[in-house]
Amino acid sequence: MIEIRGLKKFYGSLEVLKGIDLDVPKGEVLSVIGASGSGKSTLLYCINGLEPIQEGSVKVDGTDVHAKGTDINELRQKMGMVFQQWNSFPHLTALENVALAPKIVKKKSRAEARDIATRQLQHVGLGDKLNVYPSALSGGQQQRLAIARALAMEPDYMLFDEATSALDPELVGEVLDAMRLLADEGMTMICVTHEMGFARDVSDRVTFFHEGILEEIGTPAEIFGAPKSEHLQKFLSSIR
Amino acid sequence: MEPTVSFFSGFQPSDLWFLAEAAWRTLLISVLSISIGTVLGVVFGWMIYEGKWPAALTLGPVLDVFRSVPLIIQLVLFYNFAPIIGLNLDPFLSGVVVLSVYCASLVANVARGGMEAVGLPMRRAARSLGMSYWQDLRYVVLPIGGRAVFPSWVGVALGVMKDSALVSVLGYIELLKASQILITRTQEPLLILTLAGAFYFALSYPISRYAATLEKRWAT
Ligand SMILES: Nc1ncnc2c1ncn2[C@@H]1O[C@H](COP(=O)(O)OP(=O)(O)OP(=O)(O)O)[C@@H](O)[C@H]1O
Ligand SMILES: [Mg+2]
Repeated sequence: MIEIRGLKKFYGSLEVLKGIDLDVPKGEVLSVIGASGSGKSTLLYCINGLEPIQEGSVKVDGTDVHAKGTDINELRQKMGMVFQQWNSFPHLTALENVALAPKIVKKKSRAEARDIATRQLQHVGLGDKLNVYPSALSGGQQQRLAIARALAMEPDYMLFDEATSALDPELVGEVLDAMRLLADEGMTMICVTHEMGFARDVSDRVTFFHEGILEEIGTPAEIFGAPKSEHLQKFLSSIR
Repeated sequence: MEPTVSFFSGFQPSDLWFLAEAAWRTLLISVLSISIGTVLGVVFGWMIYEGKWPAALTLGPVLDVFRSVPLIIQLVLFYNFAPIIGLNLDPFLSGVVVLSVYCASLVANVARGGMEAVGLPMRRAARSLGMSYWQDLRYVVLPIGGRAVFPSWVGVALGVMKDSALVSVLGYIELLKASQILITRTQEPLLILTLAGAFYFALSYPISRYAATLEKRWAT
């Protein structure tokens, strides 16, 4: 369970998150939508402890992400993250990309790490690319590699930050399919996305961010069928 | 019968040995200075990149000084002033100290560039996998940034090797100084300079070759 209470985040004097309260129970798939600059990415960074926060708290399974005594490296193993930019490690093959963290963070043996990596790559349909370097992979393949790399740490939560928005349109589907598969397997997911089809079909709940405020949250039917806030209505009509 | 020793005499086979020994000394002082300078430079570059400590803020300008003051001046100044602060170093050690610091000041820039080349998104990805700060540096920043700036580093290393000739002003008989001695004695500048050039080439060519091989391997 992820519990966010009164979360405020500033970049300098710019208030990017203005007091967010949000619970994400185990097993839920939550989509986060909203205009550019509304603070969606920042929310994920704060959940993962990649950015410090100024007020409030984020708890993951009861552990405060931003508390002084928290072993953040340990806690992050529970949370896989996939970013908008493809950032596979260019000096490592697909297999090595995925095996690296299990080996050095989880101290798995070489053979074990390779096993895990092979399995995860097969899982996202890259079983035939084990020894290929990222430079020889398409954007869609690199994003699936990033998913496999995160999954190799056996996380309980997955955070997706617009995993498909840097991709050519014809490559979006394969990445969404991998995410869908993950959702079907019961993974707890927070997906920042511009793919309204995905948000509608796959999520249990959808939340709309507007200028650092969580403006609305509800089932896909509520959010897309009967949006209450004016900003959300505007946002939805602007993207149709 | 021993050949009569005169001030001027022709080039002898033993002179080749003399040059080879001098080349060895060039190699020695270069390898030492480049190694120490690279380690120091990477640490300096990292401190400047992080920019967290007051020390890092003064480090940049200090290194600027070492980069811009001609090496020969640094050598002479250090050699003559070191004894004042109780450091009695022979020409070789003085050369190593000055060349290392000089090399470090150049490598610091290269290293900082390498770390910048990796970029925040890549590092966030590494940290999001649970890697510690140091694991990120060791397994992500070092290999990726290192490869990005490796050609620049090779340039610095080869430059320092050639600049090591300047240590001769302190009386360290390295390759260039040895050539001058031989030229004075044999009055055969063309032959000796060609030989010295060949030695310099023999020292740096393997490095360039090896570097090129590495770069090709990394390019895949
Ligand atoms: N490192 C940073 N320093 C300063 N301001 C930042 C930084 N990162 C983000 N911001 C600002 O914070 C605000 C929220 O950014 P964020 O990236 O969270 O938005 P977003 O909802 O993810 O937008 P997008 O859809 O474009 O990705 C923006 O105004 C952005 O300019
Ligand atoms: Mg974003």
